[in-house]
Amino acid sequence: MPDAATKALDTADMRRLRAQARKRYLHDSYVLWKRNPITVTGTLIIVFLVLVALFAPWLATHDPYDQILAQRLMPPSWDNLFGTDNLGRDIYSRVVHGARLTLMIAVLVAAISAPIGLLVGVLSGYLGGIVDEVLMRLSDIFLAFPKLILAIAFAAALGTGLENAIIAISIANWPGYARLVRAETLAIRNSDYIQAIQVLGASRTRIMLQHITPMCLSTLIVRVSLDMGAIILIAAGLGFLGLGAQPPSPEWGLMVSDGRNYLVDQWWVSTLPGFAILIVVLGFNLVGDGLRDILDPHQRQS
Amino acid sequence: MAHYIMKRLFTLMITVAGIAVVTFFLSLVVPLDPLAAIAGPQSPPETVERLRKLYGFDQPTYVQFGRYVERLAEGDLGMSFQTNRPVLDDILNFFPATLELATIALIFSVVFGMILGILSAVYKDSLLDHFSRIISLIGVSMPVFWLGLLLLLVFYFQLGWLPEPGRLDIMLIEPPRITGVLLIDSVIAGDWEVFWDALWHAFLPAVVLGLFGLAGIARIARSSMLDVLSQEYIKTARIKGLSEYLVITRHALRNALVPTVTMIGLTYGSLLEGAVLTETIFSWPGLGRYLTTAFLTLDLNAIVGGTMLVAILYSVVNLLVDLLYAYLNPKITLAQHDA
Amino acid sequence: MAAGTPNTTPLLSVRDLIVRFYTLRGVVHALEGVSFDVGREQSIGLVGETGCGKSITARSVLRLIDPPGRIDGGSIAFQGRDLIQLPETEMRAIRGADISMIMQEPKMSLNPVMRIGDQVAETLLIHDKSLNRRTARAQALDMLASVSIPDPKRLARRYPHELSGGMAQRIMIAMMLVTRPKLLIADEPTSALDVTIQAQIIELMNALIDDIQSSVLMISHDLGVVAETCDRVIVMYAGQVAEAGDVETVMSDPQHPYTAALLKTLPDQVDADEPLYSIKGNVPSLLTPPTGCRFAPRCEHAMARCHNERPRAIPLTADHQVACFLHDAAPEPAAEPAAVPA
Repeated sequence: MPDAATKALDTADMRRLRAQARKRYLHDSYVLWKRNPITVTGTLIIVFLVLVALFAPWLATHDPYDQILAQRLMPPSWDNLFGTDNLGRDIYSRVVHGARLTLMIAVLVAAISAPIGLLVGVLSGYLGGIVDEVLMRLSDIFLAFPKLILAIAFAAALGTGLENAIIAISIANWPGYARLVRAETLAIRNSDYIQAIQVLGASRTRIMLQHITPMCLSTLIVRVSLDMGAIILIAAGLGFLGLGAQPPSPEWGLMVSDGRNYLVDQWWVSTLPGFAILIVVLGFNLVGDGLRDILDPHQRQS
Repeated sequence: MAHYIMKRLFTLMITVAGIAVVTFFLSLVVPLDPLAAIAGPQSPPETVERLRKLYGFDQPTYVQFGRYVERLAEGDLGMSFQTNRPVLDDILNFFPATLELATIALIFSVVFGMILGILSAVYKDSLLDHFSRIISLIGVSMPVFWLGLLLLLVFYFQLGWLPEPGRLDIMLIEPPRITGVLLIDSVIAGDWEVFWDALWHAFLPAVVLGLFGLAGIARIARSSMLDVLSQEYIKTARIKGLSEYLVITRHALRNALVPTVTMIGLTYGSLLEGAVLTETIFSWPGLGRYLTTAFLTLDLNAIVGGTMLVAILYSVVNLLVDLLYAYLNPKITLAQHDA
Repeated sequence: MAAGTPNTTPLLSVRDLIVRFYTLRGVVHALEGVSFDVGREQSIGLVGETGCGKSITARSVLRLIDPPGRIDGGSIAFQGRDLIQLPETEMRAIRGADISMIMQEPKMSLNPVMRIGDQVAETLLIHDKSLNRRTARAQALDMLASVSIPDPKRLARRYPHELSGGMAQRIMIAMMLVTRPKLLIADEPTSALDVTIQAQIIELMNALIDDIQSSVLMISHDLGVVAETCDRVIVMYAGQVAEAGDVETVMSDPQHPYTAALLKTLPDQVDADEPLYSIKGNVPSLLTPPTGCRFAPRCEHAMARCHNERPRAIPLTADHQVACFLHDAAPEPAAEPAAVPA
């Protein structure tokens, strides 16, 4: 009888089929990743950044804070791979240590702003009504500022320093995530599946926590990883303007700013830290670009 | 249409009110005492106290907020501690330079971004596509301040091909200020030497500023063009016997333009952001540099006024872009757009 | 091989068509040796389940297969010329002028930012250089009137999103027939439409076709529609032709087990009490198609031979062919190669 057949398919078979589909999806993703040299390059850059950050004390040839005024503004040489800055510090060692700061900023901003965005988005989308209205107007107001301007304003107001810069960037960052999660929540809320659970009498908190939040998570994670490059750029911009990390911190944006006065005769002071920013941001953006392609259903057909 | 615009203007007003609250909040959390900075480190506490009274900082927060709103309603943004002039005057003085720079940069990024993105989509997976994708990826990954320094180093210091930072050659005299936009004022004054020199000076900063926008626009133009090219009506056009050139110019282009227009609004925002950094590097006497100085010296009224202006400007541009979007897309009748 | 009366050349003659899609997971053998003819002023139905290659066949005739698909072999002779060999510019002159196509989703198939009148006039302007914008518009208005659109003048200035599905399909028909093509391909022209207007659209289409004396290749999974409107029917299964013949003959006396099974699934063929018949098993993956007859794994009559060897089209009468070993009286000589080299 057809009933028996569907029932049989419901349990073990369904699980097996689903597992198969997931495996196939992952496999296709891997093939798409491998096929795209851009994505592979980006991944390698990020892996490299993480390794450099992890092993910075061993990779550095000098103490990044050690000022040897007798050796100030030395051009790149075997002794000082990237040369030295105006205080005689080894730029290579500072760039290597700067990788830690860069990675820390990116991770912390994501770790602060993504959960806020998630919370606001799910509440707003699921509860709707006045809660939605208030939260979305609030995020509209934040979205009315260009991100860097808002981050600068908060960085200035909170007082300069790396921690405050991280908070400031997070403040500028969350509304975008809230919008995204809200849209996702709205779509999920109206699905038959959630309707069914509601009918079964699950509490709102339970639905939001156990059913909606996990489903929004993947979209949010993708978006956050796409944003990583932009976050690093804003942090570097703050550092450059003197509103982020403060001297003698080996933050890359700050180092570019430090070298400005020596641009004409000692190009390496500004150029090399700036190049590090470019490469790392490029790495994140390359992966982001590839991620977009991999997740694009159109691409899967070919 | 009118109803929709009214509705949008109303939302805009709520946003502006919100912006005022946010900026006021900014002024509250400033941990340093700007008054002490004005009065100077050696000044006796009484002087600081007097200043505090003068600026109303001794009042409770809600009274301060009330006064602040009152002043805003009168268009009074307060005095800049730094320049000792009304903030509004300062902004009006510096803004035209930013407008000039941002507009040239916007034109640059829209024109080249669209061309690059569309060609990239049409010749998908060709050498040109890879090239343009890499260019736009580098564009969005570029620290603007660093690129500016690098190009200055190469084209001004080393090669001497491009002029020094600034808006105009020091030997030239600015035409009488009418709009504050040099390119316009010089035309009005009939001073073509100033016009060309101003354009020449704007070239490098505009390119640096526009690069980020260019990359974003190229990316959106490419992806929306690719999306359009996979639509059924494009197949219809091919079935009708149109050449690929006509399929693209007559059928795909305008449809791809619709989402790209939205990107222009965002680009404008990024140009305002970029202006803060670019103007600092190119000694461009605009709002960006004014704001940066204000931030660094904690010139509170200037920070609040400048930030607010930028936010309002950004919101208005986005409103205009939405209207343009609706105009380009016959599917959206404005009344239902908000639903 | 396929039919065709010996003396007159058919309008369209497809022979041994091979289309493959080069995808991530491997090569999809979408069409493997498809052959059929379309005579002048004839209307042919192309039937089969979703994914059997009906639409791909149609698109190949226009040489508009999206990548990663590719025509890998065979010939498509249209009025004696092999379309596969034509340079792109000559192919373009045929598209829209001599061969047109109506698609499944009329609303998606019209350009959303272009006025309807302009879209219809465009087909004319492309192919007839003697027309100018004004004269083309006038002709387009006439055409809109002949697809029974009320107030064509007003409608010509509208945009597609303002139309209903049925109205949009009328526009598509007008747009594709305004040049009086010799062959119209209709890819499921009514399946996206409301049931109540399906008959109207089919009727309208047939009337216009009669009027301009062109042939139709009608793709459908609905045997009922094909039975009503077509002279001949081609039954496809998994990228191959299973059976071809006169509509009445094939419908009343199917010779291929697949055709028979397909007919059994029609609801009006069975008593209301009986459960609906369904063909057991699944359509094979075209990544790794069965080596022999592609229907063999699901066929109730499958023999050992069916799993190893590809059946060729066997003529039963002048106008009825079937690709099935059940009708192969004499066993094949061993040396005979398969119908189509891969």
